[in-house]
Amino acid sequence: MMRDPRLLVQSAPFLRRGITTPRLMMDVVLGLLPVVLAAIYFFGISAIAVLVATTAGAVSTEWIFSSKEKRGESLLDGSAILTGIILGLCLPPGIALWMAFLGGAVGIGLGKLAFGGLGQNIFNPALIGRAFLQAAFPTSITTWSEHGTITEFFTARPSNFALPLMQAPEAAVDAVSTATPLAYIKFGGEAAPLNNLLLGNTAGSLGETCALLIIICGVILAIRRTFDWRIPVSILLTVAVFSTLMWLINREYPSPQYMLLSGGLLFGAVYMATDPVTSPLAPRGAWLFGIGIGVLVVLIRLWGGLPEGVMYAILLMNAATPLIERITQPRAFGRTLRGEAIV
Amino acid sequence: MSVYTLGKTFRHGVHPREHKEQTEHVAVERMPFVQRYTLPLRQHLGAPCQPVVKAGDQVIRGQVVANPGGFVSMMLHSPVTGQISAIAPRRFPNGEMVESIEIDADPYATQQFSSLPPIEWEELPLDEFIKHVQKAGLVGMGGAAFPTHVKYKLPEGKRCQRLVVNGCECEPYLTCDHRLMVEDAALVVRGTHIIAKKLGADSATIGVEMNKPDAVIALNEVIRQGEYENISVVPLRVKYPQGAEKMLIKALFDEEVPAGKLPLDLNIVVNNVGTMAGIAEYFDLQKPFVERLVTVAGPGVERPSNLMVPIGTPVRDILQHCGLSRETRQVVMGGPMMGQPLASLDVPMLKGTSGLLAFTEEGVQHPTEYACVRCGQCLEACHSFLNPSRLARLARAERWDELEDNFLMDCVECGACTYTCPSNVPIVHLIRAAKMALREQKAPKS
Repeated sequence: MMRDPRLLVQSAPFLRRGITTPRLMMDVVLGLLPVVLAAIYFFGISAIAVLVATTAGAVSTEWIFSSKEKRGESLLDGSAILTGIILGLCLPPGIALWMAFLGGAVGIGLGKLAFGGLGQNIFNPALIGRAFLQAAFPTSITTWSEHGTITEFFTARPSNFALPLMQAPEAAVDAVSTATPLAYIKFGGEAAPLNNLLLGNTAGSLGETCALLIIICGVILAIRRTFDWRIPVSILLTVAVFSTLMWLINREYPSPQYMLLSGGLLFGAVYMATDPVTSPLAPRGAWLFGIGIGVLVVLIRLWGGLPEGVMYAILLMNAATPLIERITQPRAFGRTLRGEAIV
Repeated sequence: MSVYTLGKTFRHGVHPREHKEQTEHVAVERMPFVQRYTLPLRQHLGAPCQPVVKAGDQVIRGQVVANPGGFVSMMLHSPVTGQISAIAPRRFPNGEMVESIEIDADPYATQQFSSLPPIEWEELPLDEFIKHVQKAGLVGMGGAAFPTHVKYKLPEGKRCQRLVVNGCECEPYLTCDHRLMVEDAALVVRGTHIIAKKLGADSATIGVEMNKPDAVIALNEVIRQGEYENISVVPLRVKYPQGAEKMLIKALFDEEVPAGKLPLDLNIVVNNVGTMAGIAEYFDLQKPFVERLVTVAGPGVERPSNLMVPIGTPVRDILQHCGLSRETRQVVMGGPMMGQPLASLDVPMLKGTSGLLAFTEEGVQHPTEYACVRCGQCLEACHSFLNPSRLARLARAERWDELEDNFLMDCVECGACTYTCPSNVPIVHLIRAAKMALREQKAPKS
């Protein structure tokens, strides 16, 4: 008589696809890597310092506030790292490092953990971090410095090292500050050439300047089905259509190419609006969500008080996501949209 | 272009690795007779059977040992010549104790089955024909084991316009339907012809997934030679769960069976290829349903096989016959997507058993559960267009009313959502538990 193997009793199915959530997160991190490298190329060591500061803020907050048993798991799922990197990429290179760190901490703490951790949050944590910085330090976060050249690579921006609650050295700020292309348009002045917007030779947040790179990475991530392609596509289409319309009515408004390529629109559409936790699940919901963001971006940019509207547009639509979900549930098989059995 | 992109199919679904290479080209062998057989009286959907023998009775292979316990029930026949040793509760594959007939095989019997003259089925009125199918002991061979004759009882106002024969075998690892279609295509077509003719169907369609080209060729050859004009074979794209009858209908005819209704509402009857072969054997040879094809495979099996096994054979004997590895950690009855895990090998294989799979440590899943990030993959897997992620959350929160509003009961528990979930949420397990809780809640209080 053969000895019985010790049998494990589980519930079907006994096969798994083998792609896990941490791998999806790492996919996005890898998809961000070219953008990170471009940021380092354009802004030098300051870029590295800011990214490290935001990521450290995010990860350490996650570590402190998670229970001992869950600690390893919640760090390994990669979501805190991702939040840190995305936040870093939407900050100006000259921001004080302590602010960057604080932004990461607030993003994870208030934006994610306060709601119950990964999967429970209503708002994109990176954007919560940025919104907090915008409210707390409006000057620092809108002080844009020119990207450096290779020779200046190792020269950090002095404002990086400002101490908490102290002014950065005046002269340093003056010497390097400049306006972003969107601010130029809004507050008068000439626009940056479109070529520069595409390639990234312009002032702006770390990861937002090189449109071409973001488009390429976005297409790759969409093909790998890391995120729902409908969201960036619907945002960009809406902005294109809406801004073309306004531009045709009045040529004073920025041209649609300009609207699409400048500021944080591409970065936000590809990397922030697509956060699955804070966007609708069902395909019809994704379209609605994207259209909403697109409309809000144009409204804020053309008539709002701020030069840039992507952040608030996404946050507002994050808040609307549960409502969108409610009206965009998929039609069940063999039923009508209203849920009755078909006849 | 491949079997995953060509051909008709339904929307959504998943593509698990097929793992069929172990047995898809292994010819069917006969499982040798063993010492003892166990026939649970309730191994089908419906009323339990009523035994007509008692302990100590001598029985011969094919003899009736239990009568149907109602209309939704069928006869049980002895799979061997031997002696009834007990009628008592015995361990069932799901762990429960179920009243069973236990038969000791006569070691000196030849176990030869002597065929009888064919039944003149064309002369029979439909009601008589249905009684014969019930007498044959046939049940659906796909796993749920629904008594076959019930499907032929057409309600007032319905007719069987189209007969659909299910040769998808979309579960990974399983190849017994495949081998049946290749080796006994004539039986499958013959059975299809009998049912189509008897139910007055205009057409009969055999749906076969494209990963079984030899089956398609074999069936077409038989159809061509026999000049069966209204029977056709339709190759389908390879996708799970195409064998779910509503999905097969969607794939073949692009029609949706209304929620909560049966294929008959579209004037369609769906049967498995195995059932069709059983029909042919019964009406041509009067051979009742006493044995069936079982795929024995998986990394824990040394000689993966397609076996013809008498119903009631202990799982232990079948696995030992094929060489069960000592490294085996998990044994599954049925396919890997919807099968029943076994806690003990001392349970019988049943009329609905299509496979026995043994997994070693490498093949066993130890999924770490992560938080649901609402990635939406389960929505893209669900062929019923439900929101599995939401159902799982509601089930955990025990919000029963909302579960029903989200069509919990439409779920066929195919497991595609759980297969695809990157956070390893046990979605289909939660759904099963929620369904059970809801049924309990609704059952009249005694």
